[in-house]
Amino acid sequence: MNKNILTKITINLLLLVFVIVWVLPTFGLFVSSFRDKDLLATSGWWTTFKTNQVNEIYRTKTFEDQFEQDGVFFIKGNLLNKNSGKKIINFGITSKEMSKYKVNEKAKLKNQSEIEIKENGEYILRSEKPFKHKRGKRIFITALSPPKFTLDNYKEVLFKEGVGQAFLNTLTVAIPSTIIPLIICSFFAYALSWMKFWGRDTLFAIIVASLVVPLQMCLIPLLSIYNDVGSLFGVGAKSYPGVWMAHTGFGLASTTFLLRNFIKSLPHEMIEAARVDGATHYDIFLRIILPLSVPAFASVFILQFLWVWNDLLVGLIFLDQVPSEIILTAKLRELLGSRGENWEILTTGAFVSMIVPLTIFFALQRYFIRGLVAGSVKG
Amino acid sequence: MTITSLFLYVFFGTATCFLYFHLSNLVLDFASKKNTKKFSQKSVLRPYIFIAPAVIILVIFILYPVIETIRLSFFNKTGFEFVGLKNYFWAVKDPEFKRAILNNLGWLLVVPTLSAFFGLVIAYLADRLWWGTIAKSIIFMPMAISFVGAGVIWKFVYDYRGPGDDQIGFLNAVVVSLGFEPQAWMTIPIWNNLFLMAIMIWIQTGLAMVIFSAALRGIPKEMLEAARIDGASEFKIFTAIIIPYLEKTILVIWTIITILVLKIFDIILAMTNGQWNTEVLANLMYDWMFRGGGDSGRGSLMAIVIMIGVIPIMIWNIKRHKEDQKS
Repeated sequence: MNKNILTKITINLLLLVFVIVWVLPTFGLFVSSFRDKDLLATSGWWTTFKTNQVNEIYRTKTFEDQFEQDGVFFIKGNLLNKNSGKKIINFGITSKEMSKYKVNEKAKLKNQSEIEIKENGEYILRSEKPFKHKRGKRIFITALSPPKFTLDNYKEVLFKEGVGQAFLNTLTVAIPSTIIPLIICSFFAYALSWMKFWGRDTLFAIIVASLVVPLQMCLIPLLSIYNDVGSLFGVGAKSYPGVWMAHTGFGLASTTFLLRNFIKSLPHEMIEAARVDGATHYDIFLRIILPLSVPAFASVFILQFLWVWNDLLVGLIFLDQVPSEIILTAKLRELLGSRGENWEILTTGAFVSMIVPLTIFFALQRYFIRGLVAGSVKG
Repeated sequence: MTITSLFLYVFFGTATCFLYFHLSNLVLDFASKKNTKKFSQKSVLRPYIFIAPAVIILVIFILYPVIETIRLSFFNKTGFEFVGLKNYFWAVKDPEFKRAILNNLGWLLVVPTLSAFFGLVIAYLADRLWWGTIAKSIIFMPMAISFVGAGVIWKFVYDYRGPGDDQIGFLNAVVVSLGFEPQAWMTIPIWNNLFLMAIMIWIQTGLAMVIFSAALRGIPKEMLEAARIDGASEFKIFTAIIIPYLEKTILVIWTIITILVLKIFDIILAMTNGQWNTEVLANLMYDWMFRGGGDSGRGSLMAIVIMIGVIPIMIWNIKRHKEDQKS
């Protein structure tokens, strides 16, 4: 009995370790995309949730803001932003002694003036003589900064860095690149399963072989075909229709294979009965096969859509790398090169590119897994 | 690309496709109604309407390019002058190419093995716990995201700051808290390959896990219970019953991941672009497609090397399906 409990605990712990290792990198990225960019550059994302101690420098107001009361001169103000939520612990007036004074203590400055700082950043400069300083006096503070989250990174990335545009571009690539092969391949799969024609078995063998053909085998000749077609019509070689066709071509084998396996498994009596009643294959396909194949279509749709959405190579080769055509993955790769140290942009950009796949994944996990397990051999 | 033109594009693209099938079938129906005597003959035409678009695309996008790539590998950089085996001789001597081959072999050895191993262990553990489904969901999640996205996630984990600075990369933070020096992981030859492979393992373990999970349910419960009653330890059950039972599944997973690894490209391009001895075949090929105005001969050659790795699996696949067809 004891041994059983021990096994149980070990199993729980072991799985927990796996889960933590697997989720931590993504979680770090997710949290970081909501962090202030200055904090992100100087502290690890795991410090987000605890209150940080920060050292900062501020300047007081200048002599222009002083007012006189009973022969004494004052300058009042607040060092901190109202919404920062920071709390000052101690402060100093020289860079050598940055934390000489506790909060609420009075610090003596030159010219017999003194300064008092409160926890929330409010300060009072007090002097017997009028202030003359034209630049604000430097104040060094040590403050506690509470966890802070912001959507600024998203605003910046979506609208300034062009990731929002890339998101739309990716949608423009992905939707037709999913629907077109689905339509073409469903007819093809039906024909391969239920129609008799010359060369059917050979054709299916070619499909099975094409499943594993690496994409790389097709790139160079295709690129030159595209260039030829482009110059024939006097247009650029790279365009959205071109990239849809490329994705249709590369997704053809796996889509056909999955749909064919499903359609073939439907009861053949049904189709024969319809044939006897005089229905054409087209009728049978529309009225009987399509409604029955919805689950298979869902799997194939998700699989192809995610494949296209996540693709980098096809998007790099068959689209121009300009703002109106660049896709998310290519954009992200470009940012990795040009903004390699700006983690607020990279983490946010990466998360934007992951939103759609993750939504699909969590909403339609069942179909996704079914499709992947059945057809993960795409070339 | 605005949202309006997106809709237009999508509509235009799909409508064309749908119209082809609908109109061609209507025409055929109309024609066969007119002369019913030839009904059977017209019906003979219909399969070709069904398969025509797919076959045309298959020929243009897969079959022709494959043959053309083989041809190009015997031609010079512009593809017009026959050079025999010159490209191949060049490749054997090229240090970059050798490096890429070695790295790809390393990837082939490590990634499928560890992904399958972790996948199996996790599937086995998760099926025995109430929160196993959630755990599986989490471990499967990387399958949904792009390789480039995964690259950014891990680049952040591997981030390096000089000693003394606060580390913002998780790995270096751990290393420093254990009292070691922080490392720029991506620039240490040989080890950096392992860190890149870790990304792929992180992604592919989910796939292996799901397939194993399905296969594990097929193991007869009586067999496992009998073993437990006889006092076999969990470890013994795992190695002596479960692994032999899953032999075929292991092979399937191994081939799937092998194919993926042979083509590994996005991760390398995004993380190192082949620097610090991390070059792989697919990335080198991409490079040669554009380097110095593009060299179709050398590029094609690299595609063929990847293809050669895939051929045994292809043959095995076709055999398997022929057997399926018979039964």
